[in-house]
Amino acid sequence: MIFFDKVSKVYPDSSVALEDVTFSIEPKEFVSIVGQSGAGKTTLLKMFLAEEKPTKGRVFYESIDVHSLHKQDINKFRQRVGMIFQDFRLLPDRTVYENIAFTMEAAGRSDEEIEADVPHVLDLVGLADKVWNFPHELSGGEKQRVAIARAIVNNPDIIIADEPTGNLDPVNTHDIVQILKRINDLGTTVILTTHNKGVIDSLGKRVIAMDKGRIIRDDKEGKYFS
Amino acid sequence: MKANFQTKLKRVSRTGLFNFWRNGTVSLASVLIMMVTLVVIGFILFGSAILNTSLTELRSKVDINVTFIPNAQESDILHIKKSLESLPEVSLVTYVSREQSLEAFKQRHADDQSILAALGELNDNPLGAVLNVKAKDPSQYGSVADYLQGQNILSANNLTIVDHINYYQNKTAIDKLIKIINTAHTLGFAITLAFIALSLLVSFNTVRLTIYMSKEEIGVMRLVGASTTYIQGPFVVVGVIYGLVAGLLTLILFLPITYWLGQTTQNFFIGLNLFSYYLVHFPQIFIIIVGSGVLLGAVSSFLAIRRYLRV
Repeated sequence: MIFFDKVSKVYPDSSVALEDVTFSIEPKEFVSIVGQSGAGKTTLLKMFLAEEKPTKGRVFYESIDVHSLHKQDINKFRQRVGMIFQDFRLLPDRTVYENIAFTMEAAGRSDEEIEADVPHVLDLVGLADKVWNFPHELSGGEKQRVAIARAIVNNPDIIIADEPTGNLDPVNTHDIVQILKRINDLGTTVILTTHNKGVIDSLGKRVIAMDKGRIIRDDKEGKYFS
Repeated sequence: MKANFQTKLKRVSRTGLFNFWRNGTVSLASVLIMMVTLVVIGFILFGSAILNTSLTELRSKVDINVTFIPNAQESDILHIKKSLESLPEVSLVTYVSREQSLEAFKQRHADDQSILAALGELNDNPLGAVLNVKAKDPSQYGSVADYLQGQNILSANNLTIVDHINYYQNKTAIDKLIKIINTAHTLGFAITLAFIALSLLVSFNTVRLTIYMSKEEIGVMRLVGASTTYIQGPFVVVGVIYGLVAGLLTLILFLPITYWLGQTTQNFFIGLNLFSYYLVHFPQIFIIIVGSGVLLGAVSSFLAIRRYLRV
């Protein structure tokens, strides 16, 4: 489903972010990518979303080279991927409802669908009573749930969660991981980056460990090594 | 089911309206800055109206007098008047008879007994008749004067009946005035351009700043797969609202300003009441001010956001 073919990224100041990275991810997999800050995890995700171009190598999504896509097709492609970030990245001037509706509008969905689906996903993440709140009125855990609701509302093929628990306390961390697990159980591929040992150990799923832009370990049922 | 164009337009406008309203402080600041631009444009409009009126007024004040010798025949003078009127450069020729000249002279020196007494000593009216000539443009007086010089042949008994033409005495003054009028025009135009350019830059930068603040939002929109138009749309709508609101407020602001200035300009600039000028030309001024505002807002937003759309 996802295939990184000998991908390298060297920035103009000749710092190496990725070096000869090759791996593939199958549909419905739950993959964690671990490593210290600067190991290349975020760069890897940016490569996949076509935010940045690799210096060498190619990135495939279902046999399409994502860097050969035209702008419009990149938008279409991104609509099939749900993104979750450490800093939530909600639209600050819009209510919870509008944040989620925006993603659906961007995908060109009809008003009827939006009215039906938004309450539904908010129910799924347990935020049915915060529909009309603005992001600044929510706690960190609540914001991350909104972000998850936003990520799943378009029924994406893949969820990418970049350090989603980095700003959360243990209880919220646990909840978020459980939600991601449930999403994966329902058939969506999940890619998670983290350096939280507890999260990885509790998951018992595939772990790719990175260091200095290289993959140093790829375990089917991994534990966190560092 | 897919959303159609109408739904998309509705969403973009609604989002723009919400953004304008929710970012109250930023919107207020942008509207105020844009108002500065529009007020400048408005003042330039009024300024050029004042300038044009006073220049027209000044032009009409310039004339030349052709004074004839006292014993010139009235029929000869009227003949010259006719031929002057046929000149394309001439707009008006007024005949002032000897008696009228004398009346005017007496009136001018009503306080000066010695002159009046001296006048009384004379048996005859010492003054000649006068033709007052107004040209369509001050720069044309030269050729009118030259034409009159060439008219000497017309005089009776081969003697010139023209005593003197005051153009030659006033030549320097008239030349100077022509220069001033031309300079005022060029200068006014240059200042207008400079001011408009400056205030456009200020407004453009303000809109750019408001969009800069939304930089991250734009990035997020990109990552959830929103299209360029869909991201750009609401910002352009906000820009249009800035312009619209700023334009309307500026027009309202001009009411008290022109009212207050109206009397002053009327006294100072020979008859142009700014307030009544504003009211009479309101439709044109409305279109210029509101139109510039809307255009400025939309174009600024459109250009400013392009920078952040590259993700």
